[in-house]
Amino acid sequence: MQDWWTYRLSDFLLFSPRTYHRMFELYHEQIWPVHLIVLASIAAIAVLLLRRNNEWRNRAIIALLAACWLWVAIAFHLQRYATINWAAKYFAALFVAQAILLLWYGVARQRLDFRLSRDRATYIGFGLLVVAIIIVPAAGVLAGRAWRQVEMPGLTPDPTAIATLGLLALSAPRAPRALLVIPLLWCAIGAATLWALGSAESWVLLLSGLCASMLAVKPSRSASP
Amino acid sequence: MLGPEGAAAQTRGALLTRQIPSSKEELPLVGLGSWITFNVGDDPVARANCAEVMRAFFSAGGRLIDSSPMYGSSQSVIGDGVARLRPSRLFSADKVWTRGSEGAEQIAETHERWRVRNLDLVQVHNLVDWKENLPLLRRMKVGKQIRYIGITTSEGRRHREFEQIMRAEPLDFVQVTYNVLDREVESRILPLARERGIAVLANRPFREGTLIRDVKRHPLPAWAREIDCANWAQFLLKFIGSHPAVTCAIPATSSVAHVRENMGASYGRLPDERMRRRMIAYVEGL
Repeated sequence: MQDWWTYRLSDFLLFSPRTYHRMFELYHEQIWPVHLIVLASIAAIAVLLLRRNNEWRNRAIIALLAACWLWVAIAFHLQRYATINWAAKYFAALFVAQAILLLWYGVARQRLDFRLSRDRATYIGFGLLVVAIIIVPAAGVLAGRAWRQVEMPGLTPDPTAIATLGLLALSAPRAPRALLVIPLLWCAIGAATLWALGSAESWVLLLSGLCASMLAVKPSRSASP
Repeated sequence: MLGPEGAAAQTRGALLTRQIPSSKEELPLVGLGSWITFNVGDDPVARANCAEVMRAFFSAGGRLIDSSPMYGSSQSVIGDGVARLRPSRLFSADKVWTRGSEGAEQIAETHERWRVRNLDLVQVHNLVDWKENLPLLRRMKVGKQIRYIGITTSEGRRHREFEQIMRAEPLDFVQVTYNVLDREVESRILPLARERGIAVLANRPFREGTLIRDVKRHPLPAWAREIDCANWAQFLLKFIGSHPAVTCAIPATSSVAHVRENMGASYGRLPDERMRRRMIAYVEGL
């Protein structure tokens, strides 16, 4: 693209805020009752995290998480977001790639081991999970949107990326950095989109990404319980 | 006898039109853009609303609707409106926005989405691969698949190259950004368009809404009545339409009320040069 420096962030925005948020409302209407399955999956991940550590527990958590990335890739990006944003097909490819990476590192190679300790990584990990499950949906309502337009982890991309960063923060030894790339990239893309839409929630994504990035550059957590 | 499209227009006097220099076909001074406003995806409520915007546009005498493959679902939303309303005097203006040899395929998709017999105008969007795309458009014009060809740019980008193409290539239309505050094209491109007999579409007449939102915080000057402006939209559009090189301004909206306001600029008196200078001074002073 010639003269690329003359473009503003808003020049890349193809849709209005109203269209963007209405897309979530229609999506939620069309996929109901998948929400119940996702909520059950979130509850299952929480219960598994609190259970005694073993390789099947870790594999189950990662498999559920990978399923969420696949679902968002197909049901959200390809089938809905692509109707208003031609770039969504590339976003879908990124989300499929993340699902494959999760399955490869977490299930096939068992490189993820979730451990809860009284350390900074655990606090950040839980903090990010709270942001994804509670803060992001609440922020949408507080911003004046109908509850039917809110984002939910496992169903929509922003909280799914934040929740994934939260879970990866709980891994000891530290999660492979390759697993952080796409969620962090999505935090940047999502924050840029919300910023261009004039939504203050862009800060939630930006700060979540920054918190998670801090863990990526710090020394690995100890694997001992 | 006038059909429903012309009945409402008749009550406001003669529709202001401009000739396309290459054919002498008349086009109303105000068209309809679709950037952002018509990209509503599969939302049936929003699609129906866009069709109502189109209905109001045609009722007020409008003809030219502009879109692009880059505008998400806008083309198919327009196609929905065309299928519902079956307008008799639609002037379809779209673009080719791809590289390499995919232009013909993209234009075929565009044609299918519009649900019209033929596309009237196809422009090379932002000069993307124009050396490949412009010859394709010329071949399609010769083959009577399209009636007019053109090139576009926006916000002052690549004007030097744009001018070179205007001088070297046979074009029916150019599309540039022009409004009361963005007047760079007045110095070279608009005079060149007149000299070369090229029609001009003016995009971003309201700077994607920011200009009209800004001016609406201030009162419309009383002297706007001298050029039959009842609101700021008509003030801004009449400024654009009064430039002798401009053929059609293409404001985008998703509001029926706004499209009616916009189309009001297609009627009544236009500002002369003295009034145009007054309009510039007033808006720049706000």
